[in-house]
Amino acid sequence: MSDGKQVGIVLVSHSKEVAAAVAELAKGLSGGGAAPVASAGGTPDGGLGTSAELITAAAEEVDGGAGVAVLVDLGSAVLTVKALLAEGDELPAGTRLVDAPFVEGAVAAVVTASAGGDLDAVEAAASEAYAYRKQ
Amino acid sequence: MLDAEFFRRWLAAVAALVDREADRLTELDSAIGDADHGSNLRRGFTAVGAALEKEPPATPGAVLMLAGRQLVSTVGGASGPLYGTLLRRTGKALGDDAEVTPAQLAQALRAGVAAVAQLGGAKAGDKTMLDALEPAVAALGDRTESFAAARVAAEQGALATVPLLARKGRASYLGERSIGHQDPGATSSALLVAALAETAEAAA
Repeated sequence: MSDGKQVGIVLVSHSKEVAAAVAELAKGLSGGGAAPVASAGGTPDGGLGTSAELITAAAEEVDGGAGVAVLVDLGSAVLTVKALLAEGDELPAGTRLVDAPFVEGAVAAVVTASAGGDLDAVEAAASEAYAYRKQ
Repeated sequence: MLDAEFFRRWLAAVAALVDREADRLTELDSAIGDADHGSNLRRGFTAVGAALEKEPPATPGAVLMLAGRQLVSTVGGASGPLYGTLLRRTGKALGDDAEVTPAQLAQALRAGVAAVAQLGGAKAGDKTMLDALEPAVAALGDRTESFAAARVAAEQGALATVPLLARKGRASYLGERSIGHQDPGATSSALLVAALAETAEAAA
């Protein structure tokens, strides 16, 4: 990116703790390039679920104009982000749902964004994490 | 003709039915889901009622779009974006008309149901909301009297989910153990359609 702006990453999980811990893990493994990462886990009262409000706030927090990649765990997290994107005006322009495994994809996304990759590169890196077999 | 007031009454009737049936929805959801469907929908439709009362929109389309947005924001489970999309897409299809015909509503609801199918990637027979919604919108015609037929079709569709194997959502992880339980989403969808029929009967 010639203008130095970094892609923002939003991590959405049913659990507040999972989202926050995966954000810490991804930042910790990214080598200190420090792309903006925000977590949107659980419901506003701390329970298990998905909050459109927390997702919107997290996307606004990390949006620096280079786009926002959203990674999700499952079920209502996927559907809520898709519904928000379909609405058109709820999430910052350039926000994209990235199809990727949550933990591995988050690490790949944060590493790529921290290295200055654009939104396409971040999405590709996160999605490629599906191809990494463990056995 | 159906005006904004009709749609506000419909959503108030949904809220009342959901409130009355919340325990049953949660019970159905505890068998094959995560036991929150009743409480999630109660929270969602309570928020819908409050939003519509605070600033009553002037057109049927705007009523449904505001309601859908509230559901996406407040439900906290998969039914939020699914019902939110149903109402928003239906509202969008109704456009800016101050009054709509039953035929316009039927057509708009079909667009809404198609959007739900697209969002969730489900189809009829997957043991989801669609098993009640698709027969219901197929039964809708040009007259409000057809809303009663839609109610029956939705209830039968919900009952017919009992022997089905769940193919979407958390229930699908249960595989064959999902057989023998009525789908909570199809059950709440039938409530939505029943409320529509009730509202039309009360207005007649």
